Amino acid sequence: MTPLRRQRFILVGLLVLGVSVALGLALLALRENINLFFSPTQVMAGEAPQQANFRLGGMVVEGSVQRPDADLSVEFVLTDTVEQVTVTYKGFLPDLFREGQGIVAQGMLNSNGIFEANQVLAKHDENYMPPEVADALKKAKEMGLK
Amino acid sequence: MSALSLAFHRLASLPYFYSLAGKLLPWAGGLSIVLFGVGLYMGLVLAPTDYEQGDSYRIIYVHVPAAWMSMLVYVVLAISGAIALVWRLKLAEVVARASAPIGASYTFLALATGSIWGKPMWGTWWIWDARLTSELILLFLYLGYMALQSAIDDRRTAARAGAVLALVGVVNLPIIHYSVEWWSTLHQGPTVSKFDSPSIHLSMLIPLLLMALAFKIHFVTAILARIRPEILVREQRTQWVERLISQRQS
Repeated sequence: MTPLRRQRFILVGLLVLGVSVALGLALLALRENINLFFSPTQVMAGEAPQQANFRLGGMVVEGSVQRPDADLSVEFVLTDTVEQVTVTYKGFLPDLFREGQGIVAQGMLNSNGIFEANQVLAKHDENYMPPEVADALKKAKEMGLK
Repeated sequence: MSALSLAFHRLASLPYFYSLAGKLLPWAGGLSIVLFGVGLYMGLVLAPTDYEQGDSYRIIYVHVPAAWMSMLVYVVLAISGAIALVWRLKLAEVVARASAPIGASYTFLALATGSIWGKPMWGTWWIWDARLTSELILLFLYLGYMALQSAIDDRRTAARAGAVLALVGVVNLPIIHYSVEWWSTLHQGPTVSKFDSPSIHLSMLIPLLLMALAFKIHFVTAILARIRPEILVREQRTQWVERLISQRQS
């Protein structure tokens, strides 16, 4: 490498390094704000905003989905396996909404500690398999439990 | 000069690469059509339905390869930009300029297919989570690069200015890749690139990998097809291009 090219090479390296460090520090400072949702544990610890919209993410607890009225309103419990938050929502649920599924709900906590959602989104996991395989896995799991 | 560096210098010469690209183009194009045919048939017809998403999951056969390519093409853009900055190699400048619109197309395709899938599955077309936002920034990086190229008339100056922009944007690539692990997002985590074992059934994985290969060969085809006119524009005042044109006209 000629001295001129080496100098340019070092400059290119410094450019990439400098930008990475600057952005890394910026992202570190913004860490919490980039997270899409709060977990039930954070809500119970009072870290979520009061009297303001925020997103709550968690797993729908098995058997917790209830439809008290004949309309579209629905009530369910979200958990992060440590804490639980009850959510109420009125509207259409996405295709992937079901018990045991990851959900991100947007809304506000009311004075009773119930989360009143105005939007419910399903969070898909990264598993893809044919239904037969899913059945077999489920059976194997049940066998293991017995 | 050793035989290897001689071959390298020959490859990097624009007239030689112009004719080489012309010879490779039909082969790459044919191969990518065959791979797309086989991959799409296996993915859309032969692969089983998903236990949870039914047939809707099949959009991954376009969405995931397009998203991978959007990042791979950016790597090509940044590396050829760095070579153009340090070694002032003309072929690297041509490759960078030719790859940007292709990369932008893959990025747009990934965003559009993701949006179409997101509406029924998640319940929304768009959400400002870290993965979607960083991928959108990637699209803007490509568009910014292209705008810069057309704003500067002198192609050699434009190549160097664009290379600096491309290198600054490189930091976005690890952010896109790790966004789903570093922050909580609506977008799911990695399926195929996990170190232990991919969380996708083999009968669904094989068509996906075939489609990924098809997209890669498609990129080779598209970039060869874009490099040729780009070389002609740059070299329009040279003897070999004038000879080429007079041959065509006679």
